[in-house]
Amino acid sequence: MTTIQKQEHSPIAHLTAEDVENLGRELDALREKVIASRGASDAAYIRKVIKTQRVLEMGGRAVLLASRYKPAWFVGTAALSIAKILENMEIGHNVMHGQWDWMRDPKIHSTTWEWDHASPAEQWKHSHNELHHTYTNVLGKDNDLGYGIMRVDEGQRWYPAHLGQPLWNFINAVFFQYGIAAYDLELGKNLASKERRRNPAFKARLAATLRKVRRQAAKDYVVHPLLSGPSAPTTLAANLTANLIRNLWTHSVIMCGHFPEGVETFERTSIEGETRGEWYLRQMLGSANISGGPLLHVMTGNLSFQVEHHLFPDLPSNRYQEIAPHVEALFERYGLTYTTGSLPKQVASAWRKVIRLSLPNDFLKKTPARPAAHRAVAEPARAAVAGA
Amino acid sequence: MATTRTPAQVSLRDRARWFVELATTPLVPGDFWEVLDPMRGGANPRGRVVAVRPETRDAATLLIRPGRGWRGHTAGQYVRLGVDVDGVRQWRSYSLTSPPRPDGAITITVKAVRDGLVSSFLVREVRAGAVVHLDQAAGDFTLPLVRPAKALFVTAGSGITPVMGMLRDGAGGLGDAVLVHSAPRPEDVIFGAELRALAARGGLRLVERHTAVDGRLTPERLAELVPDLTSRQTWACGPNDLLDALQDTYDAAGHGDRLHTERFRPVVLAVGEGGTVSFADSGVTADADGATSLLDTGEANGVLMPSGCRMGICYGCVIPLREGSVRDLRNGAVTTATAGDDIPVQTCVSAAAGPCHLGI
Ligand SMILES: Cc1cc2nc3c(=O)[nH]c(=O)nc-3n(C[C@H](O)[C@H](O)[C@H](O)COP(=O)(O)OP(=O)(O)OC[C@H]3O[C@@H](n4cnc5c(N)ncnc54)[C@H](O)[C@@H]3O)c2cc1C
Ligand code: FES
Repeated sequence: MTTIQKQEHSPIAHLTAEDVENLGRELDALREKVIASRGASDAAYIRKVIKTQRVLEMGGRAVLLASRYKPAWFVGTAALSIAKILENMEIGHNVMHGQWDWMRDPKIHSTTWEWDHASPAEQWKHSHNELHHTYTNVLGKDNDLGYGIMRVDEGQRWYPAHLGQPLWNFINAVFFQYGIAAYDLELGKNLASKERRRNPAFKARLAATLRKVRRQAAKDYVVHPLLSGPSAPTTLAANLTANLIRNLWTHSVIMCGHFPEGVETFERTSIEGETRGEWYLRQMLGSANISGGPLLHVMTGNLSFQVEHHLFPDLPSNRYQEIAPHVEALFERYGLTYTTGSLPKQVASAWRKVIRLSLPNDFLKKTPARPAAHRAVAEPARAAVAGA
Repeated sequence: MATTRTPAQVSLRDRARWFVELATTPLVPGDFWEVLDPMRGGANPRGRVVAVRPETRDAATLLIRPGRGWRGHTAGQYVRLGVDVDGVRQWRSYSLTSPPRPDGAITITVKAVRDGLVSSFLVREVRAGAVVHLDQAAGDFTLPLVRPAKALFVTAGSGITPVMGMLRDGAGGLGDAVLVHSAPRPEDVIFGAELRALAARGGLRLVERHTAVDGRLTPERLAELVPDLTSRQTWACGPNDLLDALQDTYDAAGHGDRLHTERFRPVVLAVGEGGTVSFADSGVTADADGATSLLDTGEANGVLMPSGCRMGICYGCVIPLREGSVRDLRNGAVTTATAGDDIPVQTCVSAAAGPCHLGI
């Protein structure tokens, strides 16, 4: 993909400024409708997920006390992996977005939540909520585009070092929680000069992260193995495995959000003076969904509704599914492409892009990028838009 | 019996706690306890509603059994109670109508006010078995340990509640006590039967006023009913205008210190223009009119605002005003902060008076 501004046939050329503002108003109205109907059943939902997660974690850890017996190891590791995934995705990520702040429960609030992850909540909220969600898919602004270590867009310059990026991406997947922590610290930038390294603000953030990493590691790799007595080595292995599974899973889901083919990127200058409608439009084109059943949605933290999440990052995650058909209909009416596909397909598409862009742009001229699943027809009805 | 611990035991305990906390990080052990026992968990005690008894058409008494951490109360005090209404945590204060009981249970009696979110919920929707959030009992609207020889209680509507707590606790020790209570009609008198029975036993002189026929109580009318009122230690709870008038009467007689009042609502005098409020640390900005408290504005926008009595007496809601102006709703006084000032303001009785930044 090339940034939308440099494409020959821009997928938004058919929209007038007025269309874009109307689109924004329709989305605002949709948001208001959900906000007005938030209530007891939503609160019950998140409490149930949290309770399930804690039961799974306690149960898994209890079973792992006997982890030297194989069946116990498998059951315990599976429960712990699921618990960790739920905690990071459907609970942590979404609570820290403020999706549940309206409940005014101090225990389930973006300002108080700390998650089961190497990166401290404060730093993650800054780099994710403030930077990524604001500058989504803007080259040179959104560091999530390739996490500053990869080339994921034709518009990014190729260097020979990019040849290694399929390997970097794999290593990043394996150690994803530490990758995120390093990324939230902007290590690449902050370690580059002596001056930055000595900056007290950076040093304080680094200390906070190291403290968090230490506590997290002590819990998983020391305390719980010790509690398992004779099962210590196998419990240690179980914790390593659960963290690995969680890392691989979250990395895959997150790649599906913005990397697959069909997702658009934007020029740095294009967001100067951006209107609310234009911001919405960028979110719509810069995200991709994953299709699947209820289990997939909850295990991805409803990031399978990445488009809906990017439009409304602070709406309760259990509501994305409900508004998705309305959002998709809106794409159709405005002649835009709603990018979605199954998990294997989207993961493959994202990996293909990582591999393709590890090479210079024209290198694989003969194997053009395959378009992702486009449900809406990109050639749209101006009439439909005019009548909208 | 007092137990003493040696330093070695203390440090062993601390180490055990440290280890358990490390096992549950980044959560705290209480987060897991809560899954096993919903009465445990957060910093505040919780309570289980054991029974809900209707009192009048629009009032009900809740019998609540507080869980761990509840430190008891003195009759006449109130408790802050938190309930989830439509999924949103709401805190309100309610006077305790029970005397301290050996089984530790407490009662509150709530009157549903029109369009009242929490009061309607408590009177009409809460069922036995529900878990509510509690704060510790607070307030100094209480009887002195040495009961006064001559006492007067002046109450109206749901204002009977703290006084009922006192009467149930200390009726025996009160010598010459008078209760003047106002309610629209006889059937609207909360605790009507119990009060009449107490009066019949001679524990108290009861003057019931039915405002639907007698009109509202004025200090003049009260002076006719109780000629020696200002010579009595007096506890009054009712509408603000009645309490204000009483205060004037006692002050004029030079006995202002004999009058003890409990207010259920803040006295709001001054409404001005509002402004944009930014809750800097929470990343929330909201437009507020000049009548809505900063506390309500913050809560409506999902900010975790600290709060207490919600009427300007407990200072449980204070947060720093970083910059900008706020108006005190009780007297119209405007407080202005410039960068670096950090002036603490009571958010429950302050509204925006122009753009302002709060440190939360
Ligand atoms: C120290 C203290 C002790 C209290 N003790 C009791 C008690 O024992 N029993 C009891 O029933 N209440 C008591 N209250 C009042 C109680 O805290 C709530 O204010 C009351 O239940 C209304 O809350 P709500 O959520 O139903 O009304 P809201 O939804 O907050 O308000 C709805 C409407 O009712 C008005 N309103 C608010 N409070 C009152 C009121 N007290 N009377 C009439 N209109 C009102 C509001 O201005 C608004 O227009 C006490 C208050 C304090 C500060
Ligand atoms: S909440 Fe008590 S003073 Fe504001």
